[in-house]
Amino acid sequence: MSITHLKNALRRVSCWLPTRVHSTVLRGALLATVLAGCVAQAAPQFENTTAQRLQACTTCHGAQGRATPNGYQPRLAGKPAGYLFHQLLNFREARRDYGPMTSLVDPLGDAYLQEIGEYFASLDIAYPPPQAATASRATLQRGEQLVRHGDASQGTPACQQCHGEAMMGVAPDIPGLLGLPRDYLNAQLGAWRNGKRQAQAPDCMAQVARSLSPEDINALSQWLAAQAVAAPAKPLPEWPANRKMPLPCGGVSIEAAPVAGSQTGSSR
Amino acid sequence: MSARLKLLALALLILGALAAAVVMLNVRGEGDLSEEIAATAAPAAGWRASDEVIARGAYLARAGNCQACHSARGGAPYAGGRAIETPFGTVFSSNLTPDAEHGLGRWSAPQFWRALHHGRSADGRLLTPAFPYDNTTLVSRADSDALYAYLRSLAPVPQAARPHELRFPFNTQVALAVWRALYFEPREFQADASQSADWNRGAYLVQGLGHCNACHASRNALGATHGPLDLGGGLIPMHNWYAPSLADRREAGVADWDRAEIVALLKTGAVNRASGLVTASGPMGEVVLRSTQYLSEADLGAMATYLQTLGALADATQAATAPNAKRPKPNPRGEKLYADRCATCHGDHGEGVPGAYAPLAGNRAVTMRRPANLVRIVLEGGFAPDAPGHPRPFGMPPFGQTLDNEDIAALLTHLRTSWGNQGTEISALQVNRYRGTR
Repeated sequence: MSITHLKNALRRVSCWLPTRVHSTVLRGALLATVLAGCVAQAAPQFENTTAQRLQACTTCHGAQGRATPNGYQPRLAGKPAGYLFHQLLNFREARRDYGPMTSLVDPLGDAYLQEIGEYFASLDIAYPPPQAATASRATLQRGEQLVRHGDASQGTPACQQCHGEAMMGVAPDIPGLLGLPRDYLNAQLGAWRNGKRQAQAPDCMAQVARSLSPEDINALSQWLAAQAVAAPAKPLPEWPANRKMPLPCGGVSIEAAPVAGSQTGSSR
Repeated sequence: MSARLKLLALALLILGALAAAVVMLNVRGEGDLSEEIAATAAPAAGWRASDEVIARGAYLARAGNCQACHSARGGAPYAGGRAIETPFGTVFSSNLTPDAEHGLGRWSAPQFWRALHHGRSADGRLLTPAFPYDNTTLVSRADSDALYAYLRSLAPVPQAARPHELRFPFNTQVALAVWRALYFEPREFQADASQSADWNRGAYLVQGLGHCNACHASRNALGATHGPLDLGGGLIPMHNWYAPSLADRREAGVADWDRAEIVALLKTGAVNRASGLVTASGPMGEVVLRSTQYLSEADLGAMATYLQTLGALADATQAATAPNAKRPKPNPRGEKLYADRCATCHGDHGEGVPGAYAPLAGNRAVTMRRPANLVRIVLEGGFAPDAPGHPRPFGMPPFGQTLDNEDIAALLTHLRTSWGNQGTEISALQVNRYRGTR
């Protein structure tokens, strides 16, 4: 905790502790002093920090990027830095189609967007409990099947092949799949399937999403949203040795994750 | 000949004369140029001017912010394809890379000059005035040639220009010819001998390539401004940002600013004045980001010198802020929203934080008669440009998703009538007007 943090905390405490602790008589006597103190202390608790700079993000994405209950503005905290950075680029360059995000990040340069990604990636915030599934057992089984094994007959690789056994992603570029609301997962997979959400070419997730039927997407969202996030609830620090990605992905650097059937892999 | 026939003949005669006048007005001053164009072949693919000329052209392209319109978001620079919404339909910007099929590959330097100076394409067609040739007509031939040299030095991008989607009759050459006869005249920049060379350089940049009045002036029903000298402010059509008057101290006039402050705002998008932080927001942020931050201190200083004298041209009787004679009504809703959502950054008394957050007390952007920008900044939030000299800006959160129109109206009314601010109240209807515009 920085000195500024400490000072601010003390200020807040000194401002309202007496009114809670003391008796009515004492409170009356102290009221004037305390109020005067509060007014004097009510200057903005401004801190020259990244968090202060990024209040434009946390109004919608929740304090420290922990998400809000509405389900559509997703959690940012703890997602891999490269993934967050790429999404900011995708909004700025119109590969993702959401006007409010595009106009927010439009004036920001790559270095700052990278810093924003790293800031939210560094936050270690507890995950919400899983969402109870509302689908049938067969649907949930289909979802789990796709996550763990994919469906070779329709060209769908297993989610776990890239997003990790724990489904919490792989730093720095591959995001986790757990701790996200069903509505958000549905919306993103649907958008990828119909081209509203895109990533740097080659857009591997577009290819995966197009291999899925709307029923598959529902099954995936239902099953994923119902899984609890287990400790340590972090992306893998690096791509596991001896594993290949099934498809080349523009958003994943080839040094980090080799692609099956390729010596040099794809270009970024 | 019957009387009716005579009348018809007369009407035809008048129509013919008008048409001839329109045609004549559309090609005036092109006599010598037509000969030059006929005699000049476009240079072969791969032609390059000297590095010095190309560098000067690159600089001028920044000054004109050509790339902003002539690139689609996420697309190749200068390859065109950006949709420009106008009240008459959508215009798609053209490909300025030297691609022979789709770009400037078959254009000659005099044809390029004719586009800038006369608003006509290489094939002679009239260009839509969404391309601000009312401004670029003032660009010198030498600067036009440098711009041409720069654009010819780019890698060709084989991207076809998308046809405009303008409504009838605005999609016809006849309509353009009539519009041009009414509102356009090719002109040279006339230096004012009573002013310094610095002032004249600034005027040349502001009125010409900079095309500041494309936003900072009002337009009539046919989309015409009163010409490059008018910087009296205007609502940007379709975008619904208000480009404030550069000639009025109650809006964005800078007659009482230091030259260095104006330069800093154009160079970095932000300046800390004695009264607090001022940032370029909305479309002006984009101008700083893509254009003015790249200009030399000398050129920005020249523009500042020119802009400082604009106040003298303004009509001082025009009321930019409607004085709020009545005492403000009690507004507990606005007060509470301010305390909950705004005060931690902007201060309990709207004082702001130097270098980070603009003060709201005494801020003309808050009290301005036209509230468009204030409403949009609260609805959409935003960052000042992330430019060298003012990197990693502090962001303003968007409140459009979390506050309804009544809330925002109460909040803005509070801002406009507190701490000595003398603005008018804002209604929920006014807030609603600016929701969902880009």
